[in-house]
Amino acid sequence: MAFPHRPDAPELPDFSMLKRLARDQLIYLLEQLPGKKDLFIEADLMSPLDRIANVSILKQHEVDKLYKVENKPALSSSEQLCFLVRPRIKNMRYIASLVNADKLAGRTRKYKVIFSPQKFYACEMVLEEEGIYGDVSCDEWAFSLLPLDVDLLSMELPEFFRDYFLEGDQRWINTVAQALHLLSTLYGPFPNCYGIGRCAKMAYELWRNLEEEEDGETKGRRPEIGHIFLLDRDVDFVTALCSQVVYEGLVDDTFRIKCGSVDFGPEVTSSDKSLKVLLNADDKVFNEIRNEHFSNVFGFLSQKARNLQAQYDRRRGMDIKQMKNFVSQELKGLKQEHRLLSLHIGACESIMKKKTKQDFQELIKTEHALLEGFNIRESTSYIEEHIDRQVSPIESLRLMCLLSITENGLIPKDYRSLKTQYLQSYGPEHLLTFSNLRRAGLLTEQAPGDTLTAVESKVSKLVTDKAAGKITDAFSSLAKRSNFRAISKKLNLIPRVDGEYDLKVPRDMAYVFSGAYVPLSCRIIEQVLERRSWQGLDEVVRLLNCSDFAFTDMTKEDKASSESLRLILVVFLGGCTFSEISALRFLGREKGYRFIFLTTAVTNSARLMEAMSEVKA
Amino acid sequence: MDCYTANWNPLGDSAFYRKYELYSMDWDLKEELRDCLVAAAPYGGPIALLRNPWRKEKAASVRPVLDIYSASGMPLASLLWKSGPVVSLGWSAEEELLCVQEDGAVLVYGLHGDFRRHFSMGNEVLQNRVLDARIFHTEFGSGVAILTGAHRFTLSANVGDLKLRRMPEVPGLQSAPSCWTVLCQDRVAHILLAVGPDLYLLDHAACSAVTPPGLAPGVSSFLQMAVSFTYRHLALFTDTGYIWMGTASLKEKLCEFNCNIRAPPKQMVCWCVYAAHSKERAVVVAWERRLMVVGDAPESIQFVLDEDSYLVPELDGVRIFSRSTHEFLHEVPAASEEIFKIASMAPGALLLEAQKEYEKESQKADEYLREIQELGQLTQAVQQCIEAAGHEHQPDMQKSLLRAASFGKCFLDRFPPDSFVHMCQDLRVLNAVRDYHIGIPLTYSQYKQLTIQVLLDRLVLRRLYPLAIQICEYLRLPEVQGVSRILAHWACYKVQQKDVSDEDVARAINQKLGDTPGVSYSDIAARAYGCGRTELAIKVWVCWSMSHAQGSRPLRAGTLIWVRARLGVFTVLLHLKNELNRGDFFMTLRNQPMALSLYRQFCKHQELETLKDLYNQDDNHQELGSFHIRASYAAEERIEGRVAALQTAADAFYKAKNEFAAKATEDQMRLLRLQRRLEDELGGQFLDLSLHDTVTTLILGGHNKRAEQLARDFRIPDKRLWWLKLTALADLEDWEELEKFSKSKKSPIGYLPFVEICMKQHNKYEAKKYASRVGPEQKVKALLLVGDVAQAADVAIEHRNEAELSLVLSHCTGATDGATADKIQRARAQAQKK
Repeated sequence: MAFPHRPDAPELPDFSMLKRLARDQLIYLLEQLPGKKDLFIEADLMSPLDRIANVSILKQHEVDKLYKVENKPALSSSEQLCFLVRPRIKNMRYIASLVNADKLAGRTRKYKVIFSPQKFYACEMVLEEEGIYGDVSCDEWAFSLLPLDVDLLSMELPEFFRDYFLEGDQRWINTVAQALHLLSTLYGPFPNCYGIGRCAKMAYELWRNLEEEEDGETKGRRPEIGHIFLLDRDVDFVTALCSQVVYEGLVDDTFRIKCGSVDFGPEVTSSDKSLKVLLNADDKVFNEIRNEHFSNVFGFLSQKARNLQAQYDRRRGMDIKQMKNFVSQELKGLKQEHRLLSLHIGACESIMKKKTKQDFQELIKTEHALLEGFNIRESTSYIEEHIDRQVSPIESLRLMCLLSITENGLIPKDYRSLKTQYLQSYGPEHLLTFSNLRRAGLLTEQAPGDTLTAVESKVSKLVTDKAAGKITDAFSSLAKRSNFRAISKKLNLIPRVDGEYDLKVPRDMAYVFSGAYVPLSCRIIEQVLERRSWQGLDEVVRLLNCSDFAFTDMTKEDKASSESLRLILVVFLGGCTFSEISALRFLGREKGYRFIFLTTAVTNSARLMEAMSEVKA
Repeated sequence: MDCYTANWNPLGDSAFYRKYELYSMDWDLKEELRDCLVAAAPYGGPIALLRNPWRKEKAASVRPVLDIYSASGMPLASLLWKSGPVVSLGWSAEEELLCVQEDGAVLVYGLHGDFRRHFSMGNEVLQNRVLDARIFHTEFGSGVAILTGAHRFTLSANVGDLKLRRMPEVPGLQSAPSCWTVLCQDRVAHILLAVGPDLYLLDHAACSAVTPPGLAPGVSSFLQMAVSFTYRHLALFTDTGYIWMGTASLKEKLCEFNCNIRAPPKQMVCWCVYAAHSKERAVVVAWERRLMVVGDAPESIQFVLDEDSYLVPELDGVRIFSRSTHEFLHEVPAASEEIFKIASMAPGALLLEAQKEYEKESQKADEYLREIQELGQLTQAVQQCIEAAGHEHQPDMQKSLLRAASFGKCFLDRFPPDSFVHMCQDLRVLNAVRDYHIGIPLTYSQYKQLTIQVLLDRLVLRRLYPLAIQICEYLRLPEVQGVSRILAHWACYKVQQKDVSDEDVARAINQKLGDTPGVSYSDIAARAYGCGRTELAIKVWVCWSMSHAQGSRPLRAGTLIWVRARLGVFTVLLHLKNELNRGDFFMTLRNQPMALSLYRQFCKHQELETLKDLYNQDDNHQELGSFHIRASYAAEERIEGRVAALQTAADAFYKAKNEFAAKATEDQMRLLRLQRRLEDELGGQFLDLSLHDTVTTLILGGHNKRAEQLARDFRIPDKRLWWLKLTALADLEDWEELEKFSKSKKSPIGYLPFVEICMKQHNKYEAKKYASRVGPEQKVKALLLVGDVAQAADVAIEHRNEAELSLVLSHCTGATDGATADKIQRARAQAQKK
């Protein structure tokens, strides 16, 4: 079931070093404020912090009490307060209110603000404006890479997506460059670099500059990772917007995996308590099913249960010595496995309950129709009904965006009516959401010129292949936005299905979407790696509107071992989904590569939509 | 060598004094020095001359002229003096010229004659006039002391941080003191004055009479007094021609001398040689044609002055300049003395000799060397040569001493090279700045006291940027302290050149500074702004930030600067924001997408109102509309306020030609008003519900009529209304009403949803009613939903639809449906046969 790696697959570098580094740095910062102190932690930093240093480590370094940064007055009585926050203006105001309250009360305490991963000037300025710049000391905790799994590094910056792709804020790019710099100092230079997207290019150039500034350090080292591929999320919104059907993705969509762990509610644990479970390669059961299409998971789990039972059953007929052996060596592992198994079975049941309903089947059907581009009218009315029935604001929005992107924008009539319906269903404040979505290019109206594409497809059927290519060129130069349909055709994203797609034995990466669609982002990566450049992909790059932002940078490969050349670091700027990770893991197994993922945050369709939504304050 | 000590003059047994020429002045002075007010800054600083200071006539030709020269007599500035009569001139530690006027105003000029600022020494002076003034230097900066017509003293210890201190009255003082000076002890400035035979010490609290110990009798008046550079020593000249020398605290006498000249000296300078090992304290007294060096010796050294001269006290000597020459008089430093003294057998002297012989290829070199080595004094010899080189003015002599040192070093195993290397470097710097064109005649000791940083500042002040940069590069100073700092100064100077166009200045700055780390663009922009060149300020950072942000040029200088630059942009932004008026500021922003997005983000959190203004300025009606919509949710509490905000938003959307948004906003206004009315009339919570939810709430509350009215008013499409009613009625479990509703007309959404919703409420009975009405395509689904598998199978067989058959089959469970399953299998087989 679970596919073993090819025997020649390269070993992954050990990323636990990153954790140690972050921990040591944090301890150093805490020690800068000697004596007992209370630590205020921003909610978003709590889970990542937990993965780096647990409470007992904090206590060892004289952290007395822990508080959450929230909009409430703090009750701390300590003489020293330490704040661990993201560089946000909101936080600065919170700290300022606290310090100013102390000042009013005539109290003097020591305050230290630790920004993670870096501080922004605007923050210091707010402190200054609030008149407390001299009262607090500022530091940076350059903790930007959290290894969530053996092959997954996350920057845990979900706000990157909104800040960059919506607000046009480029400050985080520097953080990305710093993170890359850290990786290259630890794991050697990357001989081959590829990238696509405006942000990718900026981050890459910045990082290169960092390297040049400190050259010499990495130069002589043997590269451990042979390739690096940077990719902007806006190159491929489609994949991120699809419903996920691979187990890990489904768990994320259903229960929300947060910082590599998930809270299973009572309905899963079949007790009255919730349970926090770490999901990574250490969980043997999970590791075997995470990349599987959901339809296989149940069968696998029941098989596993039977095996487990058989192992338990072995103890019958054992003599005392064997029994002793069994209890001391195997029983614990079996029990552990047993516990995990029952958890995942519980999770599966819960997912089944939600997803195997009629609705879900229809939803998937509509999605596939949208991806393939047939029955557009039917899909549109499905979306309308979805909105009318108030099924879910986020889901409705997602479908609208998917329709818009695959169709090059909605036709004006639909654009109006869907939006009207949406506002009636979910409230008028979403007018702002629509304005955001339009700005980000997720939900747009077809410009009159875009109807040409319809004409184009008709015309191109009538002429020879060569001429058709020319016509496509001509048309696409008229169209403003990216043309998903044309890309799909070029890259063969919709596999031809002869008969049933066997999800048990996947043929290509399309299995992560039930065989209906190969993720665009992964296909691009596959193609570029195959060619070792963007050569021959000019057309696609142009259709993606990335002509100026696709780059390759190869250095001499004499030092790179063949093993390292099969290690590929993929950097997703703006987040990646578990489906993409699964797809690339599959690709790696097929080709003997290993992929390492670096993402600003693990995302999914709901998170993308929420980032764009305006909610009432 | 023989004549090298020719200009050495012995004073007493152990000390020699020498005077050598620094420059021959070519400043073409027309007047005699005595006709001018003269001020020369210490540390080889500039010289200021005010000609015709005392003329009262108003004629332009004889108006006073203020000239500023470098120490070598190069003109730096010249300006007509148009203000009031000047009493005294002096240089501050920052090389700013302080001109004390008779009315107590002090005008401050820069090195290049640029007016900086002015301040006043108090109102009291306005009536009484200033009789005399002194500019003095302390460790805090430069101070001014004045003596008013009412014989009162006022002083300010630091002109940078002006605090006037009026000194207490001297009892019984009727006429001006015969001489006075400022003493600085324990960080407090005092005034020492002489009235007749008495000396008084004024501090800020009291006036006390003091007597110098061991003063010769018969003194009826003090004619001159002089304090040393460090305020440690004091010299008094009496009317009997007697000179008393002692500590400035007046507690100890060091020596005395009687010169038997009763004429009051023109100038007197007291110095204590700064080096710790110095033996001598000396006083230089100048009369019209005579210069006398007096020390702890029965004889004095006398020079004849050919011309009218002026003395400038320095740390380690005294500079003497006249119309034609500029000389330096100092005690010969110990190292030089050891080496050059006639018949000296000091190790340094021998080493110098050895090296000379070596150059002549004479074996005597070896003898000399051996002699030194036998005494084990080679290290000392080398050190002596190095040190002496530092004190020599002539590069030739420096070279030969250094050559000797270098020669000696060869015979030493472990001689740390630092001192030699540093001396070479220092001398190169010193020779460079001593150059005629630069004109800063610093001695080695002065240079060490001044530090390289200050020297660089002074070069910058003289606008000698290239030399300063060369020095930085030569000494390999860190960029932030060195090159960058100078470039920044240069840029600040550049932006003040009003005759160059903004474009050119901005480009020049960008070209030079483009890649230099640590240059604060915000400072430059701020300076440009300070000179009223707003446009230029903007251009400076626009040009530069564009070249970085757009990547038109590779970011060679690296990320740190890039980041810092961004911060810089931000600083300038905020600076300009505070300084410029809004309109100009926003116009500026417009062309800067990066800055604009940063600023928007900032405003969103910190200054919402500004954000609105920003959109307004840009005519960005779309965003303005969004802004008001957000405001209507976040900021406004009252319903009227919210409606008003929405109205503004709608207007903005119309302007933005976004009809859709405008209409939607207007609908929302209507809905809000209506919800308010509903709340008033029906009670309950309606505000902030969506239209859909409002109608649902009405139905759930049993207000069907109202609900329908609302649906009509807002043109809710039929489909939505049906879904809505269906869900609401099912939630109420009002099956009767539901049935009535289902029969009101043909359902636009079909009847399957009715079946589904009934089953959701577990009402099989009701569900079955609707199942019969479901259209043929969905009939099977409906029948399966209500659990009528057998009938579903019949329908499916009737339809001969494979998909439906398998669907039914999948629902056949257990024994109960066994028959049905068989039936389907048979039907299938039949269909296949056909």
